[in-house]
Amino acid sequence: MHRFANPARFLRIARVLTLPLTLLGLGLTAAGLWIGLFDSPPDYQQGESVRIMYVHVPAAWLGSGGYLGLAVASAVALVWRHPLAEIAARAIAPVGAAFTAICLISGALWGKPTWGTYWVWDARLTSMLVLLFLYLGYLALSSAEAERGGGKAASILAIVGVINLPIIKYSVEWWNTLHQGSSIRLSGAGASSSIAPEMLLPLLLSVAGFSLLFGAIVLMRMRAALAQQAVAARSRRIAAAYT
Amino acid sequence: MTHAAFIIPAYAVTVGGLLAILLQSWVSMRRAEAAAEKLKTERRR
Repeated sequence: MHRFANPARFLRIARVLTLPLTLLGLGLTAAGLWIGLFDSPPDYQQGESVRIMYVHVPAAWLGSGGYLGLAVASAVALVWRHPLAEIAARAIAPVGAAFTAICLISGALWGKPTWGTYWVWDARLTSMLVLLFLYLGYLALSSAEAERGGGKAASILAIVGVINLPIIKYSVEWWNTLHQGSSIRLSGAGASSSIAPEMLLPLLLSVAGFSLLFGAIVLMRMRAALAQQAVAARSRRIAAAYT
Repeated sequence: MTHAAFIIPAYAVTVGGLLAILLQSWVSMRRAEAAAEKLKTERRR
């Protein structure tokens, strides 16, 4: 892991990956959403509103997965002072928050025709809302710490907030929730799905596309942060040379 | 399409949100890297 701790080495890899990840992500997302909207059957129970699943589920997975990434990067920054870990955590947070917000909004738009309400204080919905608040809390704390120059509160919040991830995952099993259980399971024996193949294809395409876009956006934000750091460091050196 | 009043806003929010954060990140990266490059070039002179 320390091989990639070198910002110069990281930048070399990131510059090669950013554009292909973006284009492939856009292509897969467009294909998944197109098939989901126009070339997949309606559900026998949910009817046409099942099409919202093709944006809601990938957004939910990436909102949760992104938080795990944020927590791991924060832990690495806190324990090993990895030079890129804090930059990675700050790059992941706004992207994860955006995906979580998309998940909550699309879920509300799915809930109205299916459940008859946009919102209910169900365990799954509430824990996803808590996830959004954790992201926003991290963003506020890290921004305040960046202004003051250092601090650990944002990283600690990110690590403590991981407790919410198993709550999100198992909320539909631990409590009697309105939200349906998992249709796709990943276990040691492999993956299983109760979704029809015609619906699984657009879902997997959008999951792949959203994931690549998530990675591409994080790389862009990390590259921007590294360039801003370089400008700030050079400006300080120039100012010091003239004083 | 039944439920179009819910499906279209869900897709619009998703596509609009994704494109907005993608574009903002791209522009911010290009601007920051251009500023860093400019400073590096000025230093070489």
